[in-house]
Amino acid sequence: MAKKQKSRPKVAASSRRRVTPLRGRPQPAASLDLHRCVQFIEHETRLLDEAKFDDWLALFAADGWYWVPSEPGQNNPHDTVSLIYDDRRLLETRVRRLASPRMYSQEPRSRTSRVVTNVTIEEAEGRAATVRSKFLMIEYRREQQRLFAGTAWHRLVQIDGAIRIAWKRVDLVNCDAPLDGITQPF
Amino acid sequence: MSEDFSRFFKPGCVHRQLYTDPAIFELEMARIFGIAWIYIGHESQVKKPGDYFATQIGRHPVVMTRDAEGQLRVIHNQCAHRGAMVVATEKGSADEFTCCYHGWTYHLDGRLKAVPLNHGYPRDFRVGDPKMAMQPVARVKSYRGFIFASEAVDGPDLEGSLGHMTTSLDDMIDRAPDGEIEAAGGVFKHAYDGNWKVYFENLCDAAHPLFAHRSSIEAAQAQSDAVHSDGSGEIAIRQMRQNGAPYSFWESQVGIWTYPNGHSYLGDYHDDSKLVAALKDPVFRDYLTALEKKKGKKEAQRILEVRRWNSNIYPNVSLMSQFQQLRVVHPIAVNRTVVHTYSFRLKGAPEQMFRNTVSFANIVNGTGSLVLTDDLEIYNRIDLGLSSQGAEWLQIGRGYQSDLPDQHSGRKGVNSTSEVYIRNMLDAWQGYMNNGSTGLGAETARAAS
Repeated sequence: MAKKQKSRPKVAASSRRRVTPLRGRPQPAASLDLHRCVQFIEHETRLLDEAKFDDWLALFAADGWYWVPSEPGQNNPHDTVSLIYDDRRLLETRVRRLASPRMYSQEPRSRTSRVVTNVTIEEAEGRAATVRSKFLMIEYRREQQRLFAGTAWHRLVQIDGAIRIAWKRVDLVNCDAPLDGITQPF
Repeated sequence: MSEDFSRFFKPGCVHRQLYTDPAIFELEMARIFGIAWIYIGHESQVKKPGDYFATQIGRHPVVMTRDAEGQLRVIHNQCAHRGAMVVATEKGSADEFTCCYHGWTYHLDGRLKAVPLNHGYPRDFRVGDPKMAMQPVARVKSYRGFIFASEAVDGPDLEGSLGHMTTSLDDMIDRAPDGEIEAAGGVFKHAYDGNWKVYFENLCDAAHPLFAHRSSIEAAQAQSDAVHSDGSGEIAIRQMRQNGAPYSFWESQVGIWTYPNGHSYLGDYHDDSKLVAALKDPVFRDYLTALEKKKGKKEAQRILEVRRWNSNIYPNVSLMSQFQQLRVVHPIAVNRTVVHTYSFRLKGAPEQMFRNTVSFANIVNGTGSLVLTDDLEIYNRIDLGLSSQGAEWLQIGRGYQSDLPDQHSGRKGVNSTSEVYIRNMLDAWQGYMNNGSTGLGAETARAAS
């Protein structure tokens, strides 16, 4: 357990820290600069909008996890419930279910449109970076449109030359509101 | 609407209007939520003097507080002056409550403490006047730390109303080695477009998992256990696989019990060694050791042999005593419902056990759960379906006229997929709705049954 916590910086705390942009700094060729991070997140967003969930899953590291806290500033996903907390195994199950024709909460399917902006690198150690971004997501399903907004945190690492998500945390502005069922990853 | 509500029932049938008519909903708020013992919260949510928790009885905002003397109170969240809601945040700690409008200040028990510019009020105005208070809810009672309140001045006492369901509340507490539990780990608030009753009517429905939850059952069954999990996903996947127990198991092995005043519980269906008591699991072994040490071997065994899934205390709370979960149903409108769900920490149990409870809560009660989202879809679809001009009478006849008597003046379903618990709730519903203001005994209307 201790080892795991060590690999998870306290995102909420770091958000209050002064951000040192990496732009302009000399970086080794393989480093994750802002441009590559933005490109990666926009690519991820597109996969989600196009419901290519298998491809989205493939962006995660083999021990990656995906987290949508239920409370603002939630410390960890273990001592407090979460709207979504998927370790890699559960994330695979979630994605498999999203493809099921018997997922009745997706009959009819949702359509989503996401906008990602205000991307900054919060922490970087050469080949890895913690990236903060703002997002808006519209979900349309069965004559109803819902708007989600919040802050996303990506821990991006490079594995065999490819960028992978070590973890992703999504802080919805209304995470503690009464919410209808959530089926679409943010 | 002063008519006899029995006209909405036929043997094994209920009229769809019960779920769609705003006028009926208004009466339910007055005659059920305005009369019955309503679950408010757990005493651990207001540990210290000054702690408060704002919630609702039906649609009425109330505040559960612990006053300066440590006494637990439930007061109406309304200023005595012009009626503004005084406590605006859901929980916290305060020395006093102050109305934001004209600064009327209240003691933690709701008594008026001070009024600014008070020379301007009528000559007979007194701060000590009991009418000038955040009014106490008529009756407030604790059952071993579970706080219930009733807006009716008179009526049956809490324990009498709970009847045999006290054993489910006992089970919740008895499982704690130190004999104490606390609400912990946050809250889910899931919502749906649908009537509040359909939520309760699904909680003991042993026939639906194989259909409604098929997508999550199949996805979990196909999941490789070789893929990395930190333990959390493993619990979720095991739970989804359990939902895929064969139909014959659901039908014959689980059991459904119902009791007067609309209460019921479904027996448990788990045989998974990680999810329920099993010596193979190191966390459970530590837990059992702690339980036996505090309670003795025999009592520990008795406690662990109580195996219940959902225990429903009509009309607003359901608990999973074996899994430390509790759901509170808040009706918002005839076609809108919000459910708050809580987890409980067993004091004296290993810390990892509570983390397992959190993982379990995520899959069973989570707004983004792979399971619950299909239940919420069902509730929405019932509401959409009922807006059609299809069948007027809804079928609640599974197991009809084959109920078995239970020694605690209840009725047991002939098998676990009997709809006896729906008929039982609707019997209580009729009792409340027809009686208007009087409480219910064991002998309630039985038209639906």
